[in-house]
This record gives sequence, C-alpha cells and structure tokens, in this order.
Amino acid sequence: MTYFLLRRIGFILITLILASIIIFSITQLLPGDVARVILGQFATERAIENLREELGLNRPLHVQYLHWAGGFVRGDWGNSLISRTPVRPIVMQRLGNSAMLAGLALLIYVPLGIILGVIAALKKDKLPDQLITGVSMAFVGLPEFVTGLLLITFLAIGLEWFPANSSINPDSTFRQAFPYLILPAITVSLTGLGYIARMTRSGTIDVLKTDYIRAADLKGLPASQVLFKHVLRNSLLPTVTVVAMGIGWLLGGLIVTEAVYGYPGLGRLIVYSIQRQDLPLLQACSMIIVAIYSISNLAADITYGLLNPRIRVGN
Amino acid sequence: MSETIKAIKPKEKKRSRFVSSFKRLRRYPTTLIGFTIVFIFLIIALFGPLLAPYAYTAQNLPNKLQPPSEEHIFGTDQFGRDVYSRIIVGSRDVLSVAGSGTALAVFFGMLLGLFSGYRGGLFDELIMRAMDVILSIPPLLLAMVILFSLGPSRVNVIIVVGFLYIPMVARVVRSVVLDLKTRQFIEAARLRGESSFYILYKEILPNVLPHLAVEASMRFSYSIFLVASLGFLGLGVQPPSPDWGLMVGEARTWFHQARWVLFFPAGAIALLVVGVGFMSDGLRRMLLPGGVSDA
Amino acid sequence: MPKKVLDARNITVTYKTEKGPLDTVRDVSLKICSGEIYGLVGESGSGKSTLARAIVRYLPENGYLKSGELELGDTNLLSLTKAEMRRVWGGRITMVHQDPNAAINPSVMIGEQIAEVVRTHLHLSKQEAKDKALEMLTKVRMADPEEVARRYAHQLSGGMLQRVLIAIAMATNPELLILDEPTTALDVTTEAVILDLIGDLMREYDTAVLYITHNLGVVARVCNRVGVLYAGEIMEEGSIGQVFKNKLHPYTRGLLGCVPRVDVNKKDISLKAIPGFIPRPDQLPPGCVFAPRCELVEEACREARPALKDIENGHLTACRRYEALKGYGDVIADTREAHEEAGYGELVLEARNIKKYFPVPGGMALFSKSKKQEVKAVDDISVRMRHSFTMGIVGESGCGKTTFARCIMGLEEATSGEIELEGELLPYSVAKRTRDTLRKMQMVFQNPDASLNPQHPAGEAVARPLVLLRNLNKNAVQERVKELFEAVNLPEDYIYRLPHELSGGEKQRVAIARAFAADPTLMICDEPISSLDVSVQAALMNLLVDLQESKGTSYLFISHDLAAVRHLSDWIAVVYLGRLWEIGSAEDVFVPPYHPYTEALLSALPIPDLDVKQESIRLKGSVPSAMNIPSGCRFHTRCPRKIGEICEKEEPPWQDTGYYHQICCHIPAAELQALQGEGLLKKGEGRAAQ
Repeated sequence: MTYFLLRRIGFILITLILASIIIFSITQLLPGDVARVILGQFATERAIENLREELGLNRPLHVQYLHWAGGFVRGDWGNSLISRTPVRPIVMQRLGNSAMLAGLALLIYVPLGIILGVIAALKKDKLPDQLITGVSMAFVGLPEFVTGLLLITFLAIGLEWFPANSSINPDSTFRQAFPYLILPAITVSLTGLGYIARMTRSGTIDVLKTDYIRAADLKGLPASQVLFKHVLRNSLLPTVTVVAMGIGWLLGGLIVTEAVYGYPGLGRLIVYSIQRQDLPLLQACSMIIVAIYSISNLAADITYGLLNPRIRVGN
Repeated sequence: MSETIKAIKPKEKKRSRFVSSFKRLRRYPTTLIGFTIVFIFLIIALFGPLLAPYAYTAQNLPNKLQPPSEEHIFGTDQFGRDVYSRIIVGSRDVLSVAGSGTALAVFFGMLLGLFSGYRGGLFDELIMRAMDVILSIPPLLLAMVILFSLGPSRVNVIIVVGFLYIPMVARVVRSVVLDLKTRQFIEAARLRGESSFYILYKEILPNVLPHLAVEASMRFSYSIFLVASLGFLGLGVQPPSPDWGLMVGEARTWFHQARWVLFFPAGAIALLVVGVGFMSDGLRRMLLPGGVSDA
Repeated sequence: MPKKVLDARNITVTYKTEKGPLDTVRDVSLKICSGEIYGLVGESGSGKSTLARAIVRYLPENGYLKSGELELGDTNLLSLTKAEMRRVWGGRITMVHQDPNAAINPSVMIGEQIAEVVRTHLHLSKQEAKDKALEMLTKVRMADPEEVARRYAHQLSGGMLQRVLIAIAMATNPELLILDEPTTALDVTTEAVILDLIGDLMREYDTAVLYITHNLGVVARVCNRVGVLYAGEIMEEGSIGQVFKNKLHPYTRGLLGCVPRVDVNKKDISLKAIPGFIPRPDQLPPGCVFAPRCELVEEACREARPALKDIENGHLTACRRYEALKGYGDVIADTREAHEEAGYGELVLEARNIKKYFPVPGGMALFSKSKKQEVKAVDDISVRMRHSFTMGIVGESGCGKTTFARCIMGLEEATSGEIELEGELLPYSVAKRTRDTLRKMQMVFQNPDASLNPQHPAGEAVARPLVLLRNLNKNAVQERVKELFEAVNLPEDYIYRLPHELSGGEKQRVAIARAFAADPTLMICDEPISSLDVSVQAALMNLLVDLQESKGTSYLFISHDLAAVRHLSDWIAVVYLGRLWEIGSAEDVFVPPYHPYTEALLSALPIPDLDVKQESIRLKGSVPSAMNIPSGCRFHTRCPRKIGEICEKEEPPWQDTGYYHQICCHIPAAELQALQGEGLLKKGEGRAAQ
C-alpha cells in the first residue's frame, strides 16, 4: 500500500511538471509581442523594450519557465497584464466561487447517477433501463450551453422559478449565491449524471453476472443483503475512479456553464483572460485547474486502494 | 497470400453476418433513431446549398429578427439572414470540422496505439506517459489554450480536436492490441516467420477495426460537443460562418427579443449529438457483442 | 433406512431463443436419498448444469421449467414463491460451483461469508455465527481457521477456496448438496484432497449429494449411484457397480472407451472415439438421441424414442438393444497389431539446462530498495528427443512446462541454456531463427478459441505456412490445403469457414493442419486437448498418433493429464516447480520405484475403473511460489516421503534406476522400491471388491 501510494504520488508530480511545461510553452506560442499587446499599437520601441526587460521576456525560454514555475510554487503567480495587480487573489476568489458551483453539482449528480445506474442494471434491457440509458446518452453528448439555454428558457423565463442570470458579486457567500447556483449546477450536472449512470450501470451489470453473486443468491441471503453487501460493494468500487475522471469534464463544463449564466467563477475568468490576452492570468488559471484535476485523480486512486482489499492487504 | 483463400471464398457469408447483426438492432429502437438522424444530417450537409432557400450570408437588415414565417420558416437573425438556410449550410461546418478532427485523431491514435501496443517496452512506456500528460489537462481547457495561441480558425480547430483525442483513441487501440498479442494466432504467425508488418496489418488490424469503429463514432460525438462549445465561446470557427455553436453564442445577445435565433441552432446541435450518441451505442452492440461494456 | 430427499420427476427445461423454444433437458427423473452421492455425468452441452439450475429453480431469465414435478422431502418446490425459495437456498439446498476463484466475493472476508449464511438460516447471533464459521473451517481441515477467516479470496489458493465453499455449503447442514464440477478447475493433487474431504464429510452428515461432472474417474471414486446424461436425456442409471461393470448403454461404453488408460499406451491400443457430435437441441433426431452415433443402431432405434427401462434392481438403460450389448464383450478399445519397435532414430532436439527467469513486474527502481525479484519459471531442464518419438512432459499448473515449451520454440527467450535442433545450435528468439528452423519446428496451442484469427477463414491459417515456409505457388497451396484438411478429417468446405463457425475440436484440427503444413520434424503440443470433451480428446489423440506414424514427426507433448501423456508418450518427464524430477520410458515411469511426486500424481489420478485400487498418497499444502523456491529439495515442503533435514538442506542427486530411467531424490532407489512395493495400480482390489 505504501509503495502503491508513493508510486501514484510520483506519477502525479511528474505529470504536473510536464503539464506545466505544456501550458507554459503553448502560451508562449502566442503570435505577436506580449509587450506590444499590453502597451498597444502606438507605444514607442523604447517603452516596449523597457517592458520586455521588466517582464523578463528577453531571457531564454527555459529560464523564463523556471522563473515562472518557481514563482508559482512559492505562491507568486505574477501580475495581471490588464489590471497590473497580483493574479493570485483574483484566481483564489474565483476558484472559491467555482468550487461552490462544482460542489453543489457533485452533490446532485454523483448520488443520482449511481442510483439511476444501479436501477438500469437491475432492470437490464427492460423499459426503465432503456429510458435511463437513452436519456443519459443524450445528456452526455449535449453541450452545456444547449442544456443551459433550454433550462433558462423553461425554468427561468417560462416558469420564473430561478434567476436567468447568475452574474452575482464575486464576493458573495454561499448563502447569498445559492439561489443563483441552482440552475448552473443542474446544467453542469446533466453531463456528469449521464456519464456516472452509464458507468455505474455497466459496472453493476458486470458484477451481477459473476459467480459470486449467483453463489450469494443461492446462499438464500435476503435480496437486499445480496444487493448492498455483495453487488454494490464490488460494483461501486470503480465508480470512485469514474467520478474522478469525470472531474475533467466537470471543469470543462464549468467554463461553458459560467459563460452561459455569467457566473463569476474560474471558467469565466479563463474566457476573460483569453479575450484580453492576459497571459499570467491564463497560465495561473490553467495550472490551478490541472492541479485540481490531478489531485482529484490521486484522491480517487487512494480511496480505491483503501476500499479494495486486493490493494489494501496485498498478497 | 490471403488472396489464395479469398479468391475461392463464397461471398455471401459476410453479408449474412452483417444482416443478422442488423436484425438484432431492431430490438433497440434508439439505435435505429440514431442511424436515421445521422443519415439525414449527412444528406443535408451534402446537398446543403441546394436545399437552402437563401444564401447564408444574404443580409436583409430591414427584415432582421423576424419570427418564423412562411418565407423564413426558422425566422431571421440580427442581420436579417435566414436562420433555416444558415443551419442547413452550417451542418457542413459542423460535420466537416468535427469529422476531420475525428479522422485525424483516429488515424494518429490508431498508429500510436498499434505500434505502442505491439512494440511494448520503453517505446510503449514513453508514448503512454505522454498520452497521460495530455489527458491530465481537461480537454476544453487545453483546446482553449491552444486556440488562444494559434488563433481561432477552421483549420486550427480541426488540428486541436485531432490532437486532443489522439490519446483516447491510442489507449483503446493499445489495450485491444495488448489483448490480441497474447492470442496464439499471433504466436503462430511469428512461428512461421511472418514480418511485423504482416502481423500488424493482416493479423491484428482486422481485429482492431470493430473497436476502432466504435471508438471513432464516440469521438465524433465528443468532437461535435467540443467544436460547438468552442464556437459558442467564440474561440472556434469565426463569423460570418454559420457554425451552430457560434450562432447560439451570437444569438444570446438577442435572446429576449428573438428566441428562435438561438433555439433552432441549439436544437440542431442537440439532435445531431443525440443521434451520433445513439448510433455509436448501436455500433457497439453490433460490432462488439458481449465485448467491453463501456469506455 | 435412507429416506428420499430429492424427487424430481419428468423434468423438461426449455430455453427461449431466437430460433424459438428449445428443450435442453427432456423428461429427466432423479431420485436421491439421504447419505447418497449421485453422480450425474455428461459432456459439455449435455444439459447437466441446466438440470441442476432447474432443480434449485435458478434458471437464467430465458429458461423455464416446462413440465415435471420437483419435491424436496415433503415440500413441493414448484409451489413455492420466490421468497420462499430463498429460504430453501442455502438452508435446505446448497450448491458448490466450478470455479472457486470466481465464486467467492473478493471484497468480503472469508469468515463473514460463512457466518452470514448461518445468521440467515439458523438465526444465530453474531458471535455464535463467528464460532460456527471457525468450526466449519476446522471441519474442512483448514490449518489455521482463525487466520483464514480474516482473509480475502485473493489471499487463498484455489484448493483452499474450494474448501471454504464446501464449508459454506455444509454450514447449515442441508438436506441436498449440489456439487457442480467442484474440482474441474483444480490440479489433480488438489482435486484428490478435495474428493477425500467430500467423501469423509458425507460419512459424517447424511446429506444427499448431487455430484455433477464430466469425469468418469471422479464418479468412480466418490459416487454411489450414477446417471449418464446425453443431449438432455438420461441414457443409463444405476449403482456405480452396475453401470461401470455392465455398461448397458453404447454411450456409456463409448465414454469409457475414450478415456486413455494408465497401464497401456498407443502401441497397444487405439482409443475408441465416438464418431459425430452431440446433436444441438434444435436438431434432435426423431428416435433415440444417440442413434446417429451408435454402432448398434437399427432401423427401429431411429423411429421412436426408447424409454428408460429397469433391467435389474434399479439399473436403468435407454437402449433398446441392451441385450445385444451384454454379448458385446468388455472390449472398449481397439487392440492394435503388434507395433514394431522403432529403435533409436537420429537425435532431433537436444535442450540443455534451459532456464527462464521472469523479472517481477511493476517494480520501479526508484522506490524499491530490495534486490530484484525473479520468478524462476523454468530452472534447469534438459531433454533429448529422437526421430518419430514422443516425449511427454507432465506437471501441474504453474510448474513451468508451458514456459519450457515456449523457450524451445523461441516465443520466450530463454535466460540460459542451449537448444539444438538436429545438431544445430539455435538462437533463443524466434525472430532470429532461419526459415529452415521455423519450418522444422511447429506448435499446437492449448486454447482453440485463441489459436485461429477470428477474421480469417480457416484455410488461410493453413495456407500461410505453405506460402512462407514451403515456397509453393498458388495452385500448389490450394491443393495442399485441401490435402491437409483431409488429413485432419475436416470436410473441404471448412476451408472457407470462419473460426466462429467451428467447434472447439474442429478448431484444434485446423491448428494441427496448420502445424503440419510446414512439414515439421518436431511438433510441440501444449495441452492441445485439455479444454475439449473426452470423446473429442480421444479422436484428436488418435489423429496425432496416425499423423506421427505416417510422417515420422516427433512430438513434445505437454499436459497435466497423466493418462493422456501415458497414452501418447514413449518417454515421460515429470516437472515440478521448474525442474525435472523423474525421466524415463513411459513404462518405467509408471511402475515403482518412482519419485514421490510422480507417486502422488498417480495416486491422485481419478481412474474410471472400479477394479483399480489406488493407495491414498496426498500432498500437503499448495505449490510454493516460484519467487521463493524452497531450499534443498524444492519438493520437500509437500513431500509425503520426506526423510529429514537433508531434504531441506541439500539438493537431491540423480539416480539411475534402470534403462535410462532416472529419479532425483534423496531416498535411495532400492528403498523407494521397497516403500512403494508393487505400485499403486493394483487390479482386482478396487471399490468393486469392497
């Protein structure tokens, strides 16, 4: 188990470093001169040269990378090119907002997806299964802006149950933000819901086919005990990993959803930083998202290891 | 050569296999729906400009934001352009961009997966770690960052989609190859001195194809998703192109005056995505009966 | 007075399929009394497992009981609701399945899996249930029950898991125990231990047992009564004495004729394979279901289905012509004409000191400080083979026999050693060998399903070696493919069939044709028949013998099946934990003195002949891991004849005990001879004499 843990952590660290190199180098490909972008068309050569010096743009790329990465690790994420203020507080504030939205979405779609998936598996090929798989397949493929706009049309504008726009004050507490969170959370959930339901279904069907479930049935155990103790204990194990892999989609979904609702989260900040070509801001946001994704995968691996006797107790 | 046997091989066998698997499909109505939707969209894309009553760029400012009527069955947009025509022509954009991206991903993913799985060893380890790194960045984010640097254009979107989905395809292909490699028919081929090329091309590839077809259809569905999302965020295909995602993005401004400008392209995306999803699920049932239950 | 426990009358089980309803079990009646072990024998597709599932009313969704009556004691099982059936399952009827590794929940502790049954059915408290679990684990002879109770499935060996399953099944003292091929997935020495355990437990409990198996030897060892099932119908039923002695059905005779015997081999007899196949349930013949394959068939047999008839004292047969069988004598195998001793041909293969060590996977040097671990799969094996000669290599799963074969073929690169083919030293890897070498060595693999490319027609597999290794032109290839298909008794149109249209036995015939296409001098057969039914096995063994005679090919025949090895081989090598322990002519290896391991294998082998008495010599524990090979004699941890410290400390010496017959053991050969007496296989003192 310790070995397993060390190995996983090692992998994640290497992955993070490589991912940061990718992000850094891709953003360096930007056509044109960052300094000119900041100072505008009519700046003098001299002013641009000064700014380049100030930003360290004249140093070799790998030095720039090490400087940036070192700063990132120490908590110095650089200054925004637009507002000229440190990036970190902005990112952290928006991260908090996105976390509220993502947390609420996870609370909705993980349990619901598991329940639907298990039901579909138990009723395999019958009407409930066909309905659940059909609908979940549709949800998995629908872009968030489509579902989001449909939800706004019906639930916000039509029925007036929820506000159609979630562009709240970025400083809002969870309590203040809650009414504005519901529609976006449902929107993000739908994709994840379909994904979790499908994976749970196939995992459960695989377990239901095993000899040990047949054996458990023929032991005459009550049907509920067979389901909860023998089926779910095994079939939900991979779901841990599935949830973590789904975080990648969730993060992507947040970008689109926040754009649809105007919600002040990390996703909206990324779109903004791209539109304004604010390089340090974009780099910081991207790294944070990659780090969150990697850490959630690590957490899933550890949970999986803890729950699975094969890894926990070894041979 | 295989021709020795195939030359005298009765032909009807293969067709009957396909027919029987198609018959099995009738039990799954969603699959039939999926195939039908995709087929219809393909026809529309193929004959697009012939079917469209107006040119998709034809502006008619006095006539802007008209609700659906006999002349404009889906209404007009903020420049008075016919929404129906734009959607029809736009299907070309969606299908060609997502399709080319998928094709890129499938082709390179297949090559990487085949060689990585077959060669094994350090080569395999390096390739797969590289794929892991790409996968460690959420796809939409990576797409946005790359397009931010390359600049948004049709070709760049295709490249990005292709690049992003290579790891997924490579992984699937590799796992199939790893499984096949342990089968004895591959070993029998080695024992009679077949070249690596023959083994990959004639022994392994035909067994990978069904998996590849299923994976390709799934990637296609995700590509549409990605292309539409990028279009919506304004990072994909640029105006005045009638990309559906872009249309929805632009129409948001007029949402309260003219809901149809937004509604119809969004509906088109939904329909196509659901259709492709159902089709890919059907392909899985047809080509991989009893195989991997999900991916 | 034993009371009737299971009374199943006229059971017919139907499956709904795309072709319409199919009756897979038809009109079968079974009666089992308390304390009785009823053996139900049949080949795959005979419907034996379906019948068992019907008896417990646990059929798959598309199957149902079309007609019949089912009583357990005084309870009519068919009148029970699903919930009531759940109380019967695990309480009054229990079941043990084939694959113990799959039948135990991987994420629940062993002790709990026993305890939950007794809590449910005997309404014991938590603590009482725990104690009961320990008691049951002791009953099935677990060395350390408390420790085992805390373990998970992946920490136990197959034999131990099967004991756990038996403990679960017996915990509620059921009226009926159904054992569905409980030892099929186990090695022969483990199987023997489990069979002993079942026999002993049944003397203690008076449970009625339905024992389902394909293995007649197992039936002969543990059962009291036997029913022979064929294509969903009972062909013959009676006490084992009646059935094995009189064999009043041609199918029973056929099955027994297919099993190779350990006292004679291919030189003396050829096996009597049953021609044809089990009919599919949608293509049943109108009359007797066995008629199309029967030697004694008459016109009347094809017209009406014969009923089971009681001949004497509960001995039933479905054969109309059983009277004729009585006069048919006891010949169940064809005696061959005196075979000319071939003498010693040229040396074909010489493998010296072959070793194959695998590194333990998953190690990342960065994090593991311990020194590199290795699995010593093959650890110094040498063999010599001559022209037109069969060397049998026998050993249990994991002993390294397959790895050895793969090293010879170059599919695995040996770690060290020398491989010489006709005097020429070969490179380790197949990729570096010459065309000529490749042509001379071919292989038939174990798993028929994996041995042909599912996307290529069968003929393609046979045509490729002809093109590559024989340089034939198109027309010659086609001619040759036809000839080869004929040689392995496959019709010509099979050339165009895809593998999924062939049965397991047919696929293996194609694989044999493919191997022979290159016209090899040496052919390695890696368990080529293990996954097939006995009647198919017999036909394939005969085919291999015939082909060897006509072509002079040498075989390296690898198998865990002692009887098959004995039948086919001129020379036998016994392997355990990557090393040879005994080698010699087939006749010598099977008579004393033999190595204690060979002795245990022979003693464990289930033999379908009641006249044969076998000493009960059983191995302790399970095979040690090839990562931690025991010191000294690596068999000492399990050896029933261990003599003391010397076995743990010193590697045993090779002793010559006859004509090139060698044994690797610390016990002097003369002493072994004295200990083992005349040998294990004594005629006339078996169960029939008791």
